[in-house]
Amino acid sequence: MEIVLIGLSHKTAPVEVRERFSIPKEQVEDFLGRLVALPGVREGMILSTCNRMEVLTVLEVSDDWADRLKDFLAGVAGMSGYDLAPYLYTLRGEDAIRHLFRVTASMDSMVLGEPQILGQVKEAYRQAVDSKAVGLVLNKLSHRSFFVAKRVRTETKMTSQAVSVSFAAVELAKKIMGNLDDKRAMLIGAGEMSDLAARHLISQGVNEIWVTNRTPTRAMEMAQELGGRAVPFEDFPQMLKDVDIVVSSTGSTHYIILKEQLAGVIRARKNKPMFFIDIAVPRDVDPTINELDNIYVYDIDDLQGVVKSNKEERRKEVLKAEEIVQQGVESFKCWLSSLEVVPTILDLRQHLEKIRQREMAKTLALLKNASEEEHKALDLLTQSIINKILHHPISLLKHQENRGQGKLYVDMTRKIFHLDEEEDEPSTS
Amino acid sequence: MNIIFFQAALIFYLLGTASSLVFLIFLGKIFSHIGKLALTGGFAVHSLALVLRYSEAGHTPITNLHESLSFFAWSIVGVYLLLHLKYRVEVLAAFISPVAAVLIILSSLFPKDILPLAPVLESYWLPIHVIFAFIGNAMFTIAFAVGVMYLIQERQIKSKKIGPFYYRLPALKVLDDLNYRCLTFGFPLLTLGIISGSVWAESAWGSYWSWDPKETWSLITWFLYAALLHGRLTGGWRGRRAAIFAIVGFGALVFSFLGVNLLLTGLHSYN
Repeated sequence: MEIVLIGLSHKTAPVEVRERFSIPKEQVEDFLGRLVALPGVREGMILSTCNRMEVLTVLEVSDDWADRLKDFLAGVAGMSGYDLAPYLYTLRGEDAIRHLFRVTASMDSMVLGEPQILGQVKEAYRQAVDSKAVGLVLNKLSHRSFFVAKRVRTETKMTSQAVSVSFAAVELAKKIMGNLDDKRAMLIGAGEMSDLAARHLISQGVNEIWVTNRTPTRAMEMAQELGGRAVPFEDFPQMLKDVDIVVSSTGSTHYIILKEQLAGVIRARKNKPMFFIDIAVPRDVDPTINELDNIYVYDIDDLQGVVKSNKEERRKEVLKAEEIVQQGVESFKCWLSSLEVVPTILDLRQHLEKIRQREMAKTLALLKNASEEEHKALDLLTQSIINKILHHPISLLKHQENRGQGKLYVDMTRKIFHLDEEEDEPSTS
Repeated sequence: MNIIFFQAALIFYLLGTASSLVFLIFLGKIFSHIGKLALTGGFAVHSLALVLRYSEAGHTPITNLHESLSFFAWSIVGVYLLLHLKYRVEVLAAFISPVAAVLIILSSLFPKDILPLAPVLESYWLPIHVIFAFIGNAMFTIAFAVGVMYLIQERQIKSKKIGPFYYRLPALKVLDDLNYRCLTFGFPLLTLGIISGSVWAESAWGSYWSWDPKETWSLITWFLYAALLHGRLTGGWRGRRAAIFAIVGFGALVFSFLGVNLLLTGLHSYN
């Protein structure tokens, strides 16, 4: 019995292949039914999102299991197995477990750390449960993958690094001003980038947006879109003292905000911090303003620099996340090998008990005059011999199970004691 | 008996130091929790040590350098835990724990014997004067730590060189608020400490003020903090300037606390 995962994702297949796998919700049950009806497949789950199609199974390994699963997938997409083969990856055992954990923790996503995938895996699990396609192993594996995903989310900052310029700008604003709830922002000039930055600011709590532009109608339009207020372009310098964050992106060829202007502004603000996000090229804000206390000026290159640092920081967090995944894999492997060990211990006990009963019956047939007490004594004697014989093998099995070696020892034990073969009556002559 | 708990407190503070530093490097939330638990546990056994010492000595245990340093460590941890209820600056524990541990280690270097109290100290003014002064000082110590953090964070944002501390330190606004909060609590306490000391001096020696080094330096410290508070309230001082002032003020405070005792009157006075 082995855990096998077969599938394709944005990393291996282009969109024209991926889109063939978008299964309507109502058909999932049908496909799951077909999946677990395949010879050797004990349990199955289908994860189908716009970026991946993966089939997770627990199956009895045979010569043709891989072809069966590939044909099944090809059937879903209405393609030939031959055409589909180059896009597929097949993972077994530990690799399959690790892959599922990484996918669920959003470490394999197109946008690292995006939160939707966890919900999608949970949905795939729920559908498989409803279709009775999930058994003991996938049940445990799914729950373990949710647990690992939660740990990655809470113990690493993998998802919290802003890797776009406008996001990085908003993060900076928060690092300067803390909570943005009672802050006011002003957009000078209206462009796609400043619009994006404004939307990020609003989503982070900025409660008032003023928009100004040389073209008043453009300012009005944008203010309306953002739920802000348009202010006349010639008035904006006087209004700076009431603004905490300024996003500037005009087409001006010279600085429109100067240092001498700001010295008075910051005094009027009683040194309340200000943050200038200058995304214009050529720049709008005199960079020497950054020398003034409590004022911070970032131009587009500075923001790119922050994004670069964020990416580096995030790489470190990914390493931490990989460590958490590895721990999850190890603990799941232990659980799997305990699954192997417990039935073997039971089989072993039963096997020896059968031999004991048989031999007792023969012996008692010879001892016709034996009393009840002698019967009991024989019974006790044989039981205690069996217990003594079994003590070491069983503790060895349990010990190896904890060290992740359960499978190897289980196989050996089953072979030594012939546990998987039809019992032959040993000859007694 | 009190020494056993005193040593247990040190173990807690060292554990807190280790886990807070690990948190500072790796940012694992679990280490921050362990750090906080260790500080809380340390504070609890430290409190017990102080109570036991009080009952053994029969007077407030702040009459020599061993007791003072230990009590100071206790005040800092207590004030931090109190502030933490409102201002959750996790990373501050990475400063508080080592300071508490170092103070305890320093304190253990001095003679721990409980000596009979000098007649002049046998007064109910002793706990009043000292507790005001110490809790005020603990506030200023945290203001100092927060000031240092502010300068580091501000430097990173100003210079646009985003380093690892950028992600680990809180927002400038949070640090500035906390600095202000410590000042508004610490300054009245320091003032009460000086006034109660002066009243006590009058009842003991017949004069309110005799310009001994400790008094002089306390007054210098008081003026520094008064200037900072005044600047904050009326001149709109905030941010970097306030952080630097809090650091300078703390320098004066440390000198009046340790320097005066060790340098100006000589170590022998504690033999």
